[in-house]
Amino acid sequence: MSEAARNTQGRVTVLHHLSDELLMSYAAGTLSEGWSIGVATHMSFCPVCRQRLSEFESIGGHFLECEEVEGDETSGWEEIQKRLDVPSSNVTDIAVRSDALMPQPLFSYVEAAGGLRWRSLGSGASQMKVPTSDPSTIVRLLKIPAGKPVPEHGHSGREVTLVLAGSFGDSVSVFNRGDVELADDDLTHQPKATPEEDCICLAITEAPLRFTSRIVRFLQPFLGI
Amino acid sequence: MADGRKALEPGDINALMAAVAERQDVDAYQLLYKHFVPKVRAYMSKIGSDRAFADEMAQEAMLTVWRKARLFDPGRGQASTWIYTIARNVRIDALRRGPRPTFDPNDPAFVPEDELGADVAFERQQDADRLRVAMASLKPDEIKTLRLSFFEDMAHPAIAAALDIPIGTVKSRIRNACLKLRAILKDA
Repeated sequence: MSEAARNTQGRVTVLHHLSDELLMSYAAGTLSEGWSIGVATHMSFCPVCRQRLSEFESIGGHFLECEEVEGDETSGWEEIQKRLDVPSSNVTDIAVRSDALMPQPLFSYVEAAGGLRWRSLGSGASQMKVPTSDPSTIVRLLKIPAGKPVPEHGHSGREVTLVLAGSFGDSVSVFNRGDVELADDDLTHQPKATPEEDCICLAITEAPLRFTSRIVRFLQPFLGI
Repeated sequence: MADGRKALEPGDINALMAAVAERQDVDAYQLLYKHFVPKVRAYMSKIGSDRAFADEMAQEAMLTVWRKARLFDPGRGQASTWIYTIARNVRIDALRRGPRPTFDPNDPAFVPEDELGADVAFERQQDADRLRVAMASLKPDEIKTLRLSFFEDMAHPAIAAALDIPIGTVKSRIRNACLKLRAILKDA
């Protein structure tokens, strides 16, 4: 096991949480697949955000309950009555796999892509693009060597970064396993992986990252980033 | 209700749902079906103009309520919320937006919450009453904005277009609504 994976054995205590906006649109079902992967994977780590999610879902329940409707409430009962089979007893017994690095649902996406396969970004950092059916986002895993800066980039639109192993930080905050960093248009910063070990994170972005390093930008079309 | 019968109260709904969960009680399910199917149909009507398809999706959601009933835990939340999440997932599938990524409590990497205290179930029931009080305290504009999001399947840009307001106003209404709801829910 890598150093990164060993670090994942302890209990995760999340300090940096999801925004109301992300949780609410996930609860309402309007958040697209790419963002939802980040939101749901964070929640695997985070009982606090799961509790907040159920509060938002209860707003949906409230609107459903308040919906005033006229019409024939019995229609369809005859048909559905015939379909009331005995509920299967094993609805909860679906085997779920994950590894020490990636909880669900991320694990399934990476597995469907054939497992972890890193491609070098130069300067020691590497990435893996995670295929989804959502064209509005780019989902990728990033591996940043211990103590090295995350490749310098300006954010183009919204970005969600979830730490899976190691940690990264800037002068203001440190993000550990389970923590999520939310950024938008105007933030340009250069966080660094902390010196103890490599940092692996899940990054979801709205548009391709605009790397400001000339070399990486030059290579962007060739690296497919 | 149109025929003058007494509408189901949230407490009744939870008890009926628990009866379906624990012993596949068909009579209880029938009452829930009659109560919820018109509401779920209204929710599904946002899928598109095909009325028959929306009806079919409503039936699908109600059948899923029956089949997954044993996953409903009355100590963990309101039945109307649980039914909402089922209808929402059916609607996402119907809209073919791709899969809905979700966490799984059976995942070995899942971090569980600490054990819930004995009085939490009671508090959850109080929460439902408090939520109704809290929702009633919101401004009509805030309620309308939330409803477009939760019921009409609109993302923020679509809400801005529908109400002819800037997207910043959509976000600030939602932010204000969240602050008020949280203040009331935490307070009581």
